[in-house]
Amino acid sequence: MNIDTLRNDFPLLQKTGDERLVYFDNAATALKPKQVIEAMNAYYFDYPANPGRGEYDLVYRADQAVHAARDKVAQFIHADVHEIVFTSGTTMGINLVADAFVRKHLKKGDEILITESEHAANVLPWYVLQERYGIVVKIIALDAQQRLTPSMLKAAITTQSKFLAFSDVSNVLGTKSDTKTLTKIAHEHGLWVLVDAAQSAPHFPIDVHQSDVDFLVFSGHKLCGPTGIGVLYAKRTHLEAMDPYLMGGGMSLKYAKDFSIRLAPIPERFEAGTQPIAEIIGLGAAIDYLRHVGWQVIHEQERRLREHALNGLKKIPFVKVYNPNAEAGIITFNLEGVFPQDAATHYNAHRIAIRSGQHCVRNLVDYLQTDGTLRWSCYFYNTIEEVDLFLEATKKGQDFLDAFFR
Amino acid sequence: MPSFDNPMIMRQVIMDHYEHPRNKRVIDHPLARSKRMDTSGCIDDIVVYLHVEKDVIRDVSYEGVACTISTASTSIMTELLVGKTTLEATNIIDAYLNMIYERPYDASILGEAVVFMYTYKQASRIKCATLGWTGAQALLKEEH
Repeated sequence: MNIDTLRNDFPLLQKTGDERLVYFDNAATALKPKQVIEAMNAYYFDYPANPGRGEYDLVYRADQAVHAARDKVAQFIHADVHEIVFTSGTTMGINLVADAFVRKHLKKGDEILITESEHAANVLPWYVLQERYGIVVKIIALDAQQRLTPSMLKAAITTQSKFLAFSDVSNVLGTKSDTKTLTKIAHEHGLWVLVDAAQSAPHFPIDVHQSDVDFLVFSGHKLCGPTGIGVLYAKRTHLEAMDPYLMGGGMSLKYAKDFSIRLAPIPERFEAGTQPIAEIIGLGAAIDYLRHVGWQVIHEQERRLREHALNGLKKIPFVKVYNPNAEAGIITFNLEGVFPQDAATHYNAHRIAIRSGQHCVRNLVDYLQTDGTLRWSCYFYNTIEEVDLFLEATKKGQDFLDAFFR
Repeated sequence: MPSFDNPMIMRQVIMDHYEHPRNKRVIDHPLARSKRMDTSGCIDDIVVYLHVEKDVIRDVSYEGVACTISTASTSIMTELLVGKTTLEATNIIDAYLNMIYERPYDASILGEAVVFMYTYKQASRIKCATLGWTGAQALLKEEH
C-alpha cells in the first residue's frame, strides 16, 4: 500500500503552496477520506429514510445500511453484533456506563479505580458518582514507566474496589496498556473493567473477546470517520442487566396508559430517538477504509514517522520530550522558554497543526511538572517530508513572536 | 516613550512585559474585587484584581499562568489603568478592544498597548490579547 496513493483520498492533503497544511493533530481528530464522505452523501442523496420506521423501500435500505455498519464495528473489535451500541462518542459511552451500570451496581463506599493520565471523559463521570452517591474514586499515580502496570494495579485494589476504568492508549503519554493482563488481574479481584479505546482504536487492533474487558468505548472521528458517532461495547450479560440511559422512540416495543413499558431488545434499547444515520454509515465506511489500509501499513508508517521526529527533536537542544518510550504515534514535548500556546501559534504560522495545552488531562499537570505541553500526533497518511517541515519549524521555535508580526 | 511603529521595538515591549510582568500579585484589600479568567480550550488561567475607591482605580493587578500575549497585554493594562478614574479606564479598555476588533480607536490613550495592533491578523490570539482586559472590564461594570 503506497502512502502517496492513500493521500489522494484526503482532499485536504492535496493543497499546495500557501494552502498546504501539515496536519499533526491526529490524536484530536483524524482527517476524513473521500470514501467516508461519499458513503454519507449517498445516504442523504439516495435513501434518507428513518430506519425501522416505515414500510417503503428506502426505509429497508437505510435499515440494511445501519445493520451492515453495526456488523463492521462488531468484526472490527471481535464482538457480537448485539453487543455494539451506537453512541455520540467516547464521552457518551462512559457516561452511559457510569449511569446505567456503575451507579446501579456499586454502593456507597465502593471504589472505582482510574489512573492519573485519564482524559476528562474518563474522570468526570466518575467524580459525579462520588459527589452524588458516595462511591469512592481512587486515582492511581503513575510511575516512571508512564503507564498502569500489573503491580501498581494489584497494589491499588482493596476489598472495596469494584470497578476499573483506564485508557488503552494515553492521549498525552502515548503509552499502550497491557489491557489483557490488567483485565485478568481486575477480574481475579472481582472488578468490572471499562477500557477507553478512543486513542487506540485508530492505531491498534482490538479484540474484546481476547482481552475479556467488560466495557470498551471509542469514537468514530479519530479513526477517519465522522464526528458525533461512537461505539459502546458491553458484554451481552451486562447490557441485559442495564437500565436504559435515554428513554424515547426506538427503544420501546410497547407502552400503555397503565405506565407499563416493554423495552426493545439490546442493543436498540440504548438507542432512543432517531440515530445519526449518516454518521453510522460513515463509521462503517471508515472501518472499511482502515481495513483497506491495513494494520501493517498503519504500524509501519507511524513507527517510521515517530522515530524520525524523535531523532530530529533530540538534536534540538531546547526541546524537552516527555514520553520518549511511548508506543503510539504521540510525542509530548515543550520548547524551553516558550509557553506551549506561543509555540503552537508559531507552528500555525508555518501551517503546521500542533496541539498545545493540557489535552483534557488536567490531573497530569503535577506528574509532568508543567502547566502545559505541545503534542505532535501522526497517522498513516503523514510523511517523512512533513516531519522534516515540523522539525525545521521547531528549530525556529524560540522566535515565536515572528508569527505575531507577520 | 518609544516609537511603536517598529516591529522590533513592539516585540521587545511584549517580551519585556512577559519576562518581567508588572503588578503580578494578589491585592489583599477589603475593597478589592477579583475575577477569574480561565478558559476550557487553553492553559491560560488568571485572576484580575481591581481596587476602586471614590471612583478612582487605586490598584490593579493579576495573578496566574498565561501565554506571552495574555501576560504582556495584562501587564501593560495594569500600568495603564492605575490612578485613572473608572470613566477614563472604561474609555481606555474600549479603545483597546476597538483596536483588537479592527474598529476606529483612539491610539493616544493606549500607551504601550498599541503593540497589540496587529493581533487581528492572528485570529487565535484575540482571546489571549483580551483575556485580562475583559476581566477588568467586567470588574469595572460591577462598580456601577
